Amino acid sequence: MNGIVNTVAVMSGITGFLAFILTLARRTVGDYGMVEITINDKKKLEVRGGDSLLSALSSEKIFIPSACGGKGTCGYCKVKVLQGGGAVLPMEEGLVPADEIDEGVRLACQVKLKEPIKIEIPDELFNVREYSAVVRKIEDITPKIKHLVLDIVEGGEIDFKPGQYVQLVAPPYAESDESVQRAYSIASCPDDKGFIELIIGYVEGGICTTYVHKYLKEGDHVNFNGPFGNFFYKDNDREMIMVAAGTGMAPILSILRTMKSSGIKRRCSFFFGAKTRDDLFFLDKMQNLEESLFDFEFVPALSRIGPEDDWEGVRGRVTEPLMKHMDNVENKEAYLCGSPVMIDAIVKLLIEKGMDEKLIYYDKF
Amino acid sequence: MNGLNPFVLFAASIFTSNMILANFLGMCSFIAVSKDIKTSLGLGQAVTFVLTFTTVINYLLYRYVLIPMNLEYLRYIVFIISIAAFVQLVEMIVERQLPVLHHALGIFLPLITVNCAILGVSLFMVIRKYSLVQSVAFGFGSGVGWTMAIVALAGLKKRLNESRVPKGLRGAGITLIITGLMALGFMGFSGMVQIS
Repeated sequence: MNGIVNTVAVMSGITGFLAFILTLARRTVGDYGMVEITINDKKKLEVRGGDSLLSALSSEKIFIPSACGGKGTCGYCKVKVLQGGGAVLPMEEGLVPADEIDEGVRLACQVKLKEPIKIEIPDELFNVREYSAVVRKIEDITPKIKHLVLDIVEGGEIDFKPGQYVQLVAPPYAESDESVQRAYSIASCPDDKGFIELIIGYVEGGICTTYVHKYLKEGDHVNFNGPFGNFFYKDNDREMIMVAAGTGMAPILSILRTMKSSGIKRRCSFFFGAKTRDDLFFLDKMQNLEESLFDFEFVPALSRIGPEDDWEGVRGRVTEPLMKHMDNVENKEAYLCGSPVMIDAIVKLLIEKGMDEKLIYYDKF
Repeated sequence: MNGLNPFVLFAASIFTSNMILANFLGMCSFIAVSKDIKTSLGLGQAVTFVLTFTTVINYLLYRYVLIPMNLEYLRYIVFIISIAAFVQLVEMIVERQLPVLHHALGIFLPLITVNCAILGVSLFMVIRKYSLVQSVAFGFGSGVGWTMAIVALAGLKKRLNESRVPKGLRGAGITLIITGLMALGFMGFSGMVQIS
């Protein structure tokens, strides 16, 4: 009996002592106290130290774009740290180019708050909000692309520029045990503040696209945050050349709808690339815009269409009619939206045609 | 008491009784972290540090708490708890003071908790009846030996990246073969001193 009491007493003593030391360490070494964040030299925040800059900012309702949710793999959450960010981690060197590191650019998810910190972020990020919405409509417009209409709940409104994107939050679901955010351009017109439209393509194995394509139903609740992005309509009187493929139509559609609702009178042409007839969508909307806009032409091109198929439009790549149209680049500006490969190729061709690089705006998906 | 000179013990624990190459203890982080020399060195330092101090702590606990109370049989659970607590403490300190190292070690620092090299050293110390000074020399030497082995492996792996390894052996397979070869090489030292 004595032996048991002894054993238990010794073990409790040792464990208790170690627990005491650890608690003491947590209170001293592990406690970073309150840390002050100064944003753009004007806004000051007081947050609990020890967290990452990204999560501290998002808990203060300042949303930095991030696709991986703070794991340091996507490289989107770049923030300029002017003072007090600690050492640059090797992981960041892989995602932030060396010249940007020299300027103080860091990944917000990798900066731990331990001391007062001064950062610089684009002003428009202050506009970014978190929205909760209900799916009003979700339908297939091609076998692989869905059109979503999301009603913002409780009379919420979103202000954005046509061409910008939001980040849709896919919660954990049957095939994914973590919450992820993915960027999708808004297809609706900024005048419609109470809802947004998205065009989302299915990507094999994509966490968010699988969620949208296989699990999301009408009436479901979803969250998104935004708006983000510096690809948007520029107000001037140049002729507009738009090029997109697949879901890249979304931001272009938003721009066209804005031009229609604001009665903007600019000449514009939209070259849209797809593979087969099945990949085309919103032809009725485009026809409607052709009729109602001042001077608008929609040029769809199908790259995988057999000679026997019935198709009156362009056969082959979208670059052919585009280049024909661009023989004269005078007073034109271009809006490109699609895969990085496609955009790089078209930017190169346009520059060869003599177009000013500053007048080529693009959004790489 | 074991009459070995601490310096002899120190050298032996590096060369002839290397934790990895002679005892094959602590293999998990040895194989997982040995991709890069800098990180390996960092982990090696962490292991050495933890080894040296846990050996001392465990010696004191064993000598002054467990033996007087005839509770030697509790040594496994006591050693494991004290190692776990110490690693946790080190992690907090490293996170605060050396963020780059903390980041490089990532999940591996907590893994030291269950690194069998560390429990192994504490148990060897007890089984071989070392004194405090001997234990310190043995713990520190084992850490240095472990670091040396992992850094050597990281260097070899760097070379492996540029050589053609048969498909089926890539990754852990070739690493184990290399470790075996290194162990064979270290057997050459066995004439120096034997401590087992």
